[in-house]
Amino acid sequence: MKLLRDISLIFDRQLKLLLRNPVWILVGVFQPVMYLLLFAPLLKPALQVQTNAEAYEIFVPGLLVLLAIFGGLFQGFGLIAELRAGIIERSRVTPVSRVALLLGRSLRDVVSLISQAIIITLLALLFDLRVYLGYLLLAYLMLALISLMTSAVSYGVALAVKSEDVLAPLMNTVAQPVLLLSGILLPLSFAPRWLQLVADWNPFSWAVNGTRALFRGDLGADAVWQGLLIMAVLAVLAVTWASRLFARSVR
Amino acid sequence: MIETRGLRKSFTSRQGRDKKVVEAVRSVDLDVAEGEIFGFLGPNGAGKTTTLRMLATLIVPDGGTATIAGADLRGDPAQVRRRIGYVAQGGSTWDDSTAREELVLQARLYGVHKKDALARADRVLTAFQLSEYGDRKCKTYSGGQRRRVDIALGIIHEPKVVFLDEPTSGLDPQSRAHMWDEIRRLRDEGMTVFITTHYLDEADALCDRISIMDYGEIVASGTPAELKREISGDVVRVGLPIESVAAAAEILDAAPFVSKLETQDDNVRLYVEEGATAIPLILRALDAASVPLSSIELNRPSLDDVFLTKTGRSLREN
Repeated sequence: MKLLRDISLIFDRQLKLLLRNPVWILVGVFQPVMYLLLFAPLLKPALQVQTNAEAYEIFVPGLLVLLAIFGGLFQGFGLIAELRAGIIERSRVTPVSRVALLLGRSLRDVVSLISQAIIITLLALLFDLRVYLGYLLLAYLMLALISLMTSAVSYGVALAVKSEDVLAPLMNTVAQPVLLLSGILLPLSFAPRWLQLVADWNPFSWAVNGTRALFRGDLGADAVWQGLLIMAVLAVLAVTWASRLFARSVR
Repeated sequence: MIETRGLRKSFTSRQGRDKKVVEAVRSVDLDVAEGEIFGFLGPNGAGKTTTLRMLATLIVPDGGTATIAGADLRGDPAQVRRRIGYVAQGGSTWDDSTAREELVLQARLYGVHKKDALARADRVLTAFQLSEYGDRKCKTYSGGQRRRVDIALGIIHEPKVVFLDEPTSGLDPQSRAHMWDEIRRLRDEGMTVFITTHYLDEADALCDRISIMDYGEIVASGTPAELKREISGDVVRVGLPIESVAAAAEILDAAPFVSKLETQDDNVRLYVEEGATAIPLILRALDAASVPLSSIELNRPSLDDVFLTKTGRSLREN
């Protein structure tokens, strides 16, 4: 119970501070909307599908996974600012749970990602995207797990390196191959065989496949449970690792 | 209230392939009584902050034991955390939060219920004369106000012991005096206050007892008055042109009335039995050797003289 209470205390504070700067929400929606408006129209001919709805069915899940990955990976910057301001040290002298210091923050990131995802889904509905509500919720669960994992990883790395100058190139270097090897922008079914084999080792590629299956309305596809399972396991590992760093980090 | 034996900590710093072990704190023994203001005096890098951070459970000691407010530091750090407050040197407020929000959150992290936390925040804001600013964002505060919020955050849960790392560093004289009053008030309310400082006057005027720390070791402990009494007699400081320092030191070191002599860049300090009778003798001796002097002053021994006799260096130079 103490853990839940601690998580909610940290979560409330972080959310309050986020809402105090609503400009971030605008920024967070602006970019994906640009993708929807300026990139998606290319897809119908490129993917050789009949309708806009089909193109969006493939593109929107990829876009949402992309947001979950990138949104999470860059959360560490905020933590470095907090480290510098002494907030983390101030928390660490209290009896507050170290897991809560991480989860309170990561769950705030999950909530902000899901709000972003809802806005984008609603906009995509205007472009004739259609998806079952139940399946959509499962897809959001996938996004939540991705975002939990990537934000925990980012916080962990931030605590380890303690400097924006190291964190930025590090996260960019990780994010780029992850992005290219996950079939986010274009499905990997277009890819040559060797590229598909490499992509099989990228856990996010499984998550993208699962999310696409859900948007397609194919709940029974193996990709769905495989994607969810892989993301859940990785999220647990990332949270465990990063919480340990909160427990022993210096300054 | 605080008892440590043989507390130590070293860090490994890496420069390329070379590993260097720095012994930040080597075997610190401390006994701090309940309800006193205890001060750690020493230059930057002496190991004061490292010791404080060990006592506050932020870093794990390499060896030694410590009991704080009845709880064992290494065996039960969680219990130690409940009984102490810690205020870091760099501050601990968030620009976009208000003091009240920070105080309420901090109290709640210690397990205080919401209603009680609000009441406590109110009380502490009043006590630290912050009520007026309590609902403004921290980024609008002056340095002194911010520092008071930091201290308020450190004591919101009414700890038995509070550790303040350089509580007045960077403050203007007026804010400093104000901060000293706040710290005395905490002691008068029954709290044990443990501060670090590199200001001589702060250690002298504010602290009930001090330990002088240098290179990770405690070189002297006692009340400021006791420590100064150990240096008998007066201190005469003779200011000289730099090129004459060596000559003057040689002449004066041989003089029978000088019990001890320390040379520094542009002056020599003489420890003498009686300053008033020593000064004419000093002037005569230097005049006879045609050594010009630029100034001469007579002082009662200060904590700096204590530091100088224990370490061979002046704290003022840092």
